[in-house]
Amino acid sequence: MAYEGDELLDEITNSEYKYGFVTNIESEMAPKGLNEDIIRFISAKKNEPEWLLTWRLNAFRQWQKMTEPSWAHVDYVPVDYQDIHYYSAPKPKKELSSLDEVDPELLKTFEKLGISLDEQKRLTGVAVDVVMDSVSVKTTFKEELAKHGIIFCSMSEAVQEHPELVRKYLGTVVPVSDNFFAALNSAVFTDGSFCYIPKGVRCPMELSTYFRINEAKTGQFERTLVIADESSYVSYLEGCTAPIRDEHQLHAAVVELVALEKAEIKYSTVQNWYPGDKDGKGGIYNFVTKRGICLGDHSKISWTQVETGSAITWKYPSCILKGNNSIGEFYSVAVTNNKQQADTGTKMIHLGKNTKSTIVSKGISAGYSNNSYRGLVKIAKGATNARNFSQCDSLLMSDKCGAHTFPYIEINDKSAKVEHEATTSKIGEDQIFYCNQRGIETEKAISLIVNGYCKEVLNQLPMEFAVEAQKLLAVSLEGSVG
Amino acid sequence: MISIQNLHANIEGKEILRGINLEIKAGEVHAIMGPNGSGKSTLASVLAGREEYEVTEGKVIFNAKDLLELSPEDRAREGLFLAFQYPVEIPGVSNVNFLKTAVNEIRAYKGMQPVSAKEFLQMVKDRSALVELDSKLASRSVNEGFSGGEKKRNEIFQMAMLEPKFAILDETDSGLDIDALRIVANGVNKLKNKDNATLVITHYQRLLDYIVPDFVHVLYKGKIVKTGSKDLALELEEKGYDWIKAELGETV
Repeated sequence: MAYEGDELLDEITNSEYKYGFVTNIESEMAPKGLNEDIIRFISAKKNEPEWLLTWRLNAFRQWQKMTEPSWAHVDYVPVDYQDIHYYSAPKPKKELSSLDEVDPELLKTFEKLGISLDEQKRLTGVAVDVVMDSVSVKTTFKEELAKHGIIFCSMSEAVQEHPELVRKYLGTVVPVSDNFFAALNSAVFTDGSFCYIPKGVRCPMELSTYFRINEAKTGQFERTLVIADESSYVSYLEGCTAPIRDEHQLHAAVVELVALEKAEIKYSTVQNWYPGDKDGKGGIYNFVTKRGICLGDHSKISWTQVETGSAITWKYPSCILKGNNSIGEFYSVAVTNNKQQADTGTKMIHLGKNTKSTIVSKGISAGYSNNSYRGLVKIAKGATNARNFSQCDSLLMSDKCGAHTFPYIEINDKSAKVEHEATTSKIGEDQIFYCNQRGIETEKAISLIVNGYCKEVLNQLPMEFAVEAQKLLAVSLEGSVG
Repeated sequence: MISIQNLHANIEGKEILRGINLEIKAGEVHAIMGPNGSGKSTLASVLAGREEYEVTEGKVIFNAKDLLELSPEDRAREGLFLAFQYPVEIPGVSNVNFLKTAVNEIRAYKGMQPVSAKEFLQMVKDRSALVELDSKLASRSVNEGFSGGEKKRNEIFQMAMLEPKFAILDETDSGLDIDALRIVANGVNKLKNKDNATLVITHYQRLLDYIVPDFVHVLYKGKIVKTGSKDLALELEEKGYDWIKAELGETV
């Protein structure tokens, strides 16, 4: 079958989401709605210290004064914040001491998702923290990591076990009043991952968090904090899925990264939340604040994201380059299909001298979707010899989708050198025919072309993730594969 | 090998091919010449299966199969190869990866196992040498940043890798300097054997100095109006196409 615009459109709009099942496990939920009592309930459930409750309540009061941002190039039915359960946890039968005691339904869920919690069966070299609805259910390889002094655990556990670290850094990169969704998250976050890499340690394995929304009418508000002490290195991965549901569900996470002198953090995301059906019914609202600070000189933070899911994505993983000679990187592939909308990009804030940033953004729009890149490059006064290179490419798969680029550049230092390149192209029938003529069928051809287009970004991902991401791109765009 | 019978084809309602008849046997080289707009490239596109063209009449039998019933990829898998006049760039997809995918798709169609990495690399090495293609180009993205000559050599390199039964060279000589022309032609000649056939589409006789055809056909207004030996090409070079038009009774 040869390629034709409408056929292709049909084909890709018929794609199915294969993680859309619901697990039947008993869970404990807070009543719907948001008020100070709910926050006290969450805090009490987690046995939190007084300072954290105060912090949450402060965030809540600030949030009440804020309004939901409307500047993003997205259009959606407003969220009813009183119609959400802010706490939902799979009910543990008892304290877990070994994997045998994990609810078998839960194990099955994660097996279906391709994630084995059994350390023996896992690919070596990846430690996982699994977060289901509001809470972390299992963290693997903890003992192994502890030998190196690495702390990798759920946020709730970190609050109990390492309160000094949490208190020192929580909210320092993304302040509670940063934006509407960050304030909401600060008030109600229920879990997330915490990671601390001590001085001079190169983390021997990939650390990863897997997020799963399961319950209906819940929101997921996780909070992740990664601290890389002087001269340390960590590569951190994040994946996520959710069941198919008719109503929209809210995911408002906050991720904070802190890199001290000569430290390097590599943070990769493969985001595959349920995108809604082809008419735009259901799907996750993914309103996420991710930011890292290169606090020390010669430090480096690198964000890589492959965004294929969610009904709406509103997300700008950013770097504050405070240390001199620090480096920020952002590599992104954002795919939108059907009625999906994405407004995503990055902010590179250059404060230190000789700071460098690189932005590579690849947008792919199909179906009736809208895909926007929004990015800010800011060079502060005194950030001498700052360098930025930005490349924003858009690939259109149909003639009914949209691609938009909103680059903002603010330069307050004359020595800055900032480059911006942008292209928009439509997937070529010529390219597809060329592949056909060499014996390659249309679906495979599209996958080949799209993967080629995204190569610079996919190359940044750790091996297993890159393979996963390639498959995901194929599934997101082709429908019948997988 | 291939039998084209009374082939008519339209694009956007306009008739371009108006009853082509052509028989090509294994081991033969045929050349099609003709003035601009006579339908040469359309014939190549129709045989390869480009969607924009609508076949309104006629039949093409290839390997005892109805070619026009096959998808473009199945035509390729059956052994039809088109060296494009304007090879397409595919950024980010390495030549090697592209060809490996193609080779394996064709092998799968024939019920064969995928090629081993070692065997494949040896093939790349041997066959890129055939067209004096810098081995660095094999690892670069498909045609991206290639010069005009490199693109054409890359087409012939791909042909060498895919070992087609029937290859159509669509103005492979256009944009080539004399050295590149010789290299490309040498490549094609080395690939020639008694079991395959080649159809060379060209404007100019000079390519046929290197790739010597068994038959030369003149295409004019969508029909083959004259067939002869390689001498016909020389005659056309000398006299242009006007005498053919005159022969057809047209006022020139």
